Amino acid sequence: MTLNDAVRPVTGAPAGGAPHEKPIRNPKRFAHWASYVLGLVVLAVAVRFFVFNPHWEWSTVGAWLFSRRVLSGLLNTVLITIVSTVAGLLLGLVVAAFRLSQLKVLRTMAAAYVWVIRATPGLVLILFVYFFAALVPTLSLGLPFADPFVEVPTNHVISQFSAAVIGLSAYLGAYSAEIFRGGVLSIHPGQFEACHSLGMSTWRTYTKVVGPQIVRVITPSLANEVVTMFKNTSLVSVIGYVELLTTVQLVYSQNFKTIPMLTVAVVWYLVLTSLAMFGQSKLEKRFGRGFARRVVQVPDAGEIPEQEARHV
Amino acid sequence: MSEEPLLRLQEVEKRFGEFVALNGVSLTLRAGSVTCLVGPSGSGKSTLLRTVNLLEPIDGGGIYLRGEMLGFTVNGDHRRPVRKKAARRQAANFGMVFQSFNLIPHLTATENVMLGPVQVLGADRTAAGEQAHELLTRVGLADRFDHYPAELSGGQQQRVAIARALAMKPSVLLFDEPTSALDAELVAEVLAVIQELAREGYTMLIVTHELAFARDIADEVVMMDNGRIIESGPPERILLHPATERAQKFFASVSR
Repeated sequence: MTLNDAVRPVTGAPAGGAPHEKPIRNPKRFAHWASYVLGLVVLAVAVRFFVFNPHWEWSTVGAWLFSRRVLSGLLNTVLITIVSTVAGLLLGLVVAAFRLSQLKVLRTMAAAYVWVIRATPGLVLILFVYFFAALVPTLSLGLPFADPFVEVPTNHVISQFSAAVIGLSAYLGAYSAEIFRGGVLSIHPGQFEACHSLGMSTWRTYTKVVGPQIVRVITPSLANEVVTMFKNTSLVSVIGYVELLTTVQLVYSQNFKTIPMLTVAVVWYLVLTSLAMFGQSKLEKRFGRGFARRVVQVPDAGEIPEQEARHV
Repeated sequence: MSEEPLLRLQEVEKRFGEFVALNGVSLTLRAGSVTCLVGPSGSGKSTLLRTVNLLEPIDGGGIYLRGEMLGFTVNGDHRRPVRKKAARRQAANFGMVFQSFNLIPHLTATENVMLGPVQVLGADRTAAGEQAHELLTRVGLADRFDHYPAELSGGQQQRVAIARALAMKPSVLLFDEPTSALDAELVAEVLAVIQELAREGYTMLIVTHELAFARDIADEVVMMDNGRIIESGPPERILLHPATERAQKFFASVSR
């Protein structure tokens, strides 16, 4: 047996003498094997931490996870998130439109709003709304310094729920406004010009042409804000609204199972975040049309191989 | 010629701050004629095209399409910008083809061509789709109906853009350096399409650096410099025997 026989590959054509006829293989490098070892070590640490540590009291977690009390807290969290997200995004759209307006008064108003809200911690914002009655005892509808048409005591309007929603949506309004504005600025001016020369209205330009492109660009940042919103709802525990975190806090103040109860909350936040991220990936697929790689079927020409998406 | 021309520009002025982009430009286009705008970059050719399409408001003078002043309404002793709806109607008279194509990336070739008829003219989707297929076939893209812009070459994208402009049945086609963003071997396919449209009798105003093309296609060549028209006339005379020194210099510097 010659040396040449020994290195001949088992399958495929016999390796010829010339170097360019030899098959190409990528060897596994040291970093590859080291990463496997690292992965195993981390896995072992995680298993020891989560499974073999009795202080987690997984049985307690399991017992409370689907309890009526926790589920009602969860429902309140979901409810407040949905209402605040919808209101906050609508507010953000309006503020972004104002910031991009040609009218200086609108631009300045929107900029001032974004400035103040960004400077205020969410917690402070919620407390401010909740104690708004201390600042303005009665809410009235009418012109400033004139007799109002309608007048109601502030405390009739501000409940724990409405304070939470107003605070959180004001917060999201400012942040999402900046995201929307960034989305509009990311669009090539040529897109607007093409619509103009076809004679399209501003509304149709935004809904049919520019809007879908903006959604594609802003989905990751917007999903970030929505996920943050799930967790920001925990801030409203300071005004005593009984959402998920407040619920588990009330429970562990009685049964002293602090870590298991917090774990219950974390598990649910994980579930909610996963749902939001699932929605995000759906959205990215939907609006990735025309940008993603794909195989194109051409009549009578067979298959055109995948092409790199070009960005013009 | 007492007949009112299709498009008439009268002493058009445009400033960007201190910079005078158009300094009293007058120009007329007969129906069915092809006019090529040439000149060094920064001379105001593209700006002129954009003012016609109401992409840039003018600061003085007037632009008339079939005798109707574009962009303004007369109000007693002064005039004021037309309302948005009227401006859109006026802009839709022109089919604009941009240097950078400006196709909509998330719409297929067919959907790009359908956009104007469906969204602006309120056309039925089926009819608009058939028209789009017809137009795409005319520009040689019968096998690219369902491709997205990113899946097409530059020349193919520009031909889709031409089909999109044609779909609105415009009175005048405006081309803003339609081949400047293309690789050399793709220029010819786009120019061939434009030449075919000229034969079919479309009225066209073309900003171009392709002088050989301008000589073949144009009824009139207009040379601009510093926001003014310095020479205009039949292509043979302007391109081969320019009267002004500025034009002679420019044509000498551009390879023919």
